[in-house]
Amino acid sequence: MSLDLATTRRIAKLARIGLEDAELESVRQKLDGILGWVDQLSEVDVEGVPPMVGTEMEALRQREDVVTDGNCREAVLSCAPETSGPFYTVPKVVE
Amino acid sequence: MSYVIEGKTGNWEIVVGLEVHAQIISQSKLFSGASTKFGGEPNTQVSLVDAAFPGMLPVINRECVAQAVRTGLGLNARINLESRFDRKNYFYADLPQGYQISQFAHPIVGEGTIEIELAGGETRQIGITRLHMEQDAGKLLHDQDPTRSFVDLNRAGVALMEIVSEPDIRAPEEAGAYLRKLRQILRYLGTCDGNMEEGSMRADVNVSVRKAGEPFRTRCEIKNVNSIRFVMQAIEVEAARQVEIWENGGEVDQETRLFDPGRGETRTMRSKEDAHDYRYFPDPDLLPLVIEQAWVDGLKAALPELPDAKRARFQKDYGIPFYDAGVLVAEQSVADFFETVAKGRDGKLAVTWVTGDLFAALNRTGRTIENSPVSAEALGKMLDLISDGTINGKIAKDVFEDMVETGESPDAIVEKKGLKQVTDTGVIDAAVDAIMAKHADKVEEFRSGKDKLFGFFVGQVMKETKGKANPALVNEALKAKLNG
Amino acid sequence: MLTGLTLTEARAGLAARKFSARDLATAHMQAIARLNPKLNAYITVLPEKDVLAAADAADARYADGTARPMEGLPIGVKDLFCTKGVKTTAASKMLADFVPPYESSVTQRLLDAGSVFVGKTNLDEFAMGSANITSAFGSVLNPWQRKGDEATALVPGGSSGGSAAAVAAGLALAATGTDTGGSIRQPAAFCGIVGLKPTYGRCSRWGTIAFASSLDQAGPMTRSVADAGLMLEAMAGFDEKDSTSSNRPVPAFAQAVGKSVKGLRVGIPAEYRAPGLPAEIAAMWEQGIAWLRDAGCEIVDVSLPHTKYGLATYYIIAPAECSSNLARYDGIRFGARKDAPTLDGIYERTRAEGFGEEVRNRILMGTYVLSAGYYDAYYLKAQKVRTLIKRDFVQAFEQVDVLLTPTAPSAAFAQGENMDDPVQMYLNDIFTVPASMAGVPALSVPVGLDAKGLPLGLQIIGRHFDEETVLSVGGALEDAAGFAHTPTLHAEAGA
Repeated sequence: MSLDLATTRRIAKLARIGLEDAELESVRQKLDGILGWVDQLSEVDVEGVPPMVGTEMEALRQREDVVTDGNCREAVLSCAPETSGPFYTVPKVVE
Repeated sequence: MSYVIEGKTGNWEIVVGLEVHAQIISQSKLFSGASTKFGGEPNTQVSLVDAAFPGMLPVINRECVAQAVRTGLGLNARINLESRFDRKNYFYADLPQGYQISQFAHPIVGEGTIEIELAGGETRQIGITRLHMEQDAGKLLHDQDPTRSFVDLNRAGVALMEIVSEPDIRAPEEAGAYLRKLRQILRYLGTCDGNMEEGSMRADVNVSVRKAGEPFRTRCEIKNVNSIRFVMQAIEVEAARQVEIWENGGEVDQETRLFDPGRGETRTMRSKEDAHDYRYFPDPDLLPLVIEQAWVDGLKAALPELPDAKRARFQKDYGIPFYDAGVLVAEQSVADFFETVAKGRDGKLAVTWVTGDLFAALNRTGRTIENSPVSAEALGKMLDLISDGTINGKIAKDVFEDMVETGESPDAIVEKKGLKQVTDTGVIDAAVDAIMAKHADKVEEFRSGKDKLFGFFVGQVMKETKGKANPALVNEALKAKLNG
Repeated sequence: MLTGLTLTEARAGLAARKFSARDLATAHMQAIARLNPKLNAYITVLPEKDVLAAADAADARYADGTARPMEGLPIGVKDLFCTKGVKTTAASKMLADFVPPYESSVTQRLLDAGSVFVGKTNLDEFAMGSANITSAFGSVLNPWQRKGDEATALVPGGSSGGSAAAVAAGLALAATGTDTGGSIRQPAAFCGIVGLKPTYGRCSRWGTIAFASSLDQAGPMTRSVADAGLMLEAMAGFDEKDSTSSNRPVPAFAQAVGKSVKGLRVGIPAEYRAPGLPAEIAAMWEQGIAWLRDAGCEIVDVSLPHTKYGLATYYIIAPAECSSNLARYDGIRFGARKDAPTLDGIYERTRAEGFGEEVRNRILMGTYVLSAGYYDAYYLKAQKVRTLIKRDFVQAFEQVDVLLTPTAPSAAFAQGENMDDPVQMYLNDIFTVPASMAGVPALSVPVGLDAKGLPLGLQIIGRHFDEETVLSVGGALEDAAGFAHTPTLHAEAGA
């Protein structure tokens, strides 16, 4: 399948990467080329093959329910580009 | 029962399914060691994992898994020994990772059921589709600044259970009954406090309408409704809205809506153009969650008695009616209180006092059963005083009121006020003699056939003894003397 | 000279008090000052006083007999490992000023073993690239030059290009790398050093900036196979903060080097004889086979029928994971925010301007393959093919102990080459990606020079958690090859 500009625009929107139309067309071409190349996978027969999930060697380890972290607001806010008092801030979001 | 919307084109039934988000009770978050305590200072209960700093990784909390399994067991549901975590990808200011870790394709709990009770004692089974674990988001504050929203991540990463029902609900009242029953079960299990005001339990409501016998029509999802009353209202107004659309030849759009309780209407929250594409995929930071059947069995063995079982046992062990048993088990604390009162005593007497005088007293004093002015032990002791004849039922009312007011023990009150029941037949005989002498005319009337006067004599004797005489002995003495 | 030593030699020299850790640190700081402006191998060089203070502390430990395995050894750290209080950029504008309030588990282990960090090495932005040309802080220059052609600037490979260049040029005794599809092994081959990608789960990923979580694995980049063992010992180990970290014990890897390889079965996968494999590479591979046969190994032809799909599979799975992993760079909690009147505006501008083109394209590719309607055709399909690739390896390892292949299909190429067509660039990873997909350990060992005088590497792939056999065979190959060349640009070459 070949990638069209509208889909490229939708994908860029989903990924929240703001691109101009000219950039979108260049992205579209690059992605389309890669997608054409990965289409080689269509020749692989995967009938009955489970998808690989995790390392397939171990199961998930579980930790005890103990408070061991948090209480580090200074660190949490230390790298923020914009804060107000104890909060991160963003332009007003209307729901 | 059936709930029907009478339209221009005929009758419509409603089809409702509920997705309940219930905050899991745990000390720390689902994937980080930060505290889950409610009401902390902003951004203090946040680890760098919760704030999604570069290189931070999730590690799952065993207790949250156990709580999800306990809940599944409480819903008579299938427990999946292998489940997985997926990422639900979207951008929002309250979602630091840019994705929510959830269980999309392989939830920890599969199909189960909840039995709901409707007015008139009718019961219905509502199917549970699944239960899965996921992370809560942070909180946005919109009222702190004119142009900006503030982000508090204290809740970000707290464990939630999403409990999804089958579209089995056919009336607003059923939705209410379902939510109350679910909340009751969660509270019994201790897996969620069910507090809808604090947001620890919230519901997304899927509503559609159809004519009888039709397949399902398009549904709308009403997001984040935060009280049982609003859920019932939202269903009503949303169903009516859909009926109107269909009947006017329109088409209901599948969309997400919000319920506005102030206006009593639902409105579009998200239009189709910015419909989400969540791009779910298995979270590569987490391996499949595998639990042992033996561990599940252990959790099952340690489950508390659940409301349905407790209700049946109360009926059987204490000989109390189905309805009363239902009232008692509605809340675990009431059931526990009742059992303390009733244990080794007359169950019927206990239920009368708990649901009658005690509830009235709680109402009057604005207290709850947890901080009842009369302890279960004290009430039990008072029942003992009735049973062993120390006081009679009428005096017991006064003693109880005194207990509510002073918090003193029933023995002390009886002692202090000299309320002990009079069982000395000599005293009773003397009182009977005195009354008969005082009302010789009435004695004559009685003896000439006016049987109804017997009650008058009882009342007079009780008055004479300040209500403390044993009523049975009074009866006996009066009978003997009047007829003698 | 001090900047040309292996870790093992330097450790011995320090222990014997032939020189001090301060001497070692000073020599490296001087080499960095002289060569880094040209090589651009480091994004951040640590303040000399801090480096010397750490070296002095190491000297004190040698003096009082409490020296640890990496005590006083100057190490470069790929700028993808978060280092507490030291700027960590992932070679991205997005994190240009990011100073983590935490230390990654791997670097903490290295510090606990006594390492002296000298700086944060350059890389492809967010480790995405095979030539170290996508760094927001400029490309890294390969210290090697084509014979008689000093004008052509060569790439060091990527993404751990800065680490490879630093180790090759004498700007660190060794460096950490991370490998997602070949990012340790390919630059190691391009720069004539040893690079080891351990088994997935061997080194903690906690505190290392994620590219593709199911593939990312930290490993050592060193001047000898023994060094790789020594350094891996320090880096590896169970970490309760990483759910994918293995709790298997960490063997004494360094001791595996020098062990006899007699009787080991070495598999030669037929499918790696890709059409168009340059004759020089094929010849070097044959030479490697001969060396191992001479060392007593049994050579066995094996087939890994699905490995040829490794690359295409990789370029679905890695972008998919990266598209999600990089969603956190949204300009709210850290990183460079580009202001806009709306929240979405901030996201879109911050991410369009903060990420370079290659990173943006991979995020978009990953978003696409996960999106509704394409998930099954791309992502799910790729995960199934990945199962087949892994099975190929598991089955091959029922017949053989290790596999021997070339590391890369070419020697280092020139900056500007392979740039127009992303697929052409991706082909660099054709031999390294399959082991990443399967999660097995793989080692690149420099074995010779091509006709232009550029180093070539061979790759040894082993069973899950059997780095020891990989290191033993790597040691045998290293012995036989006797690779002792140094690049033109080197701390010990005339300035």
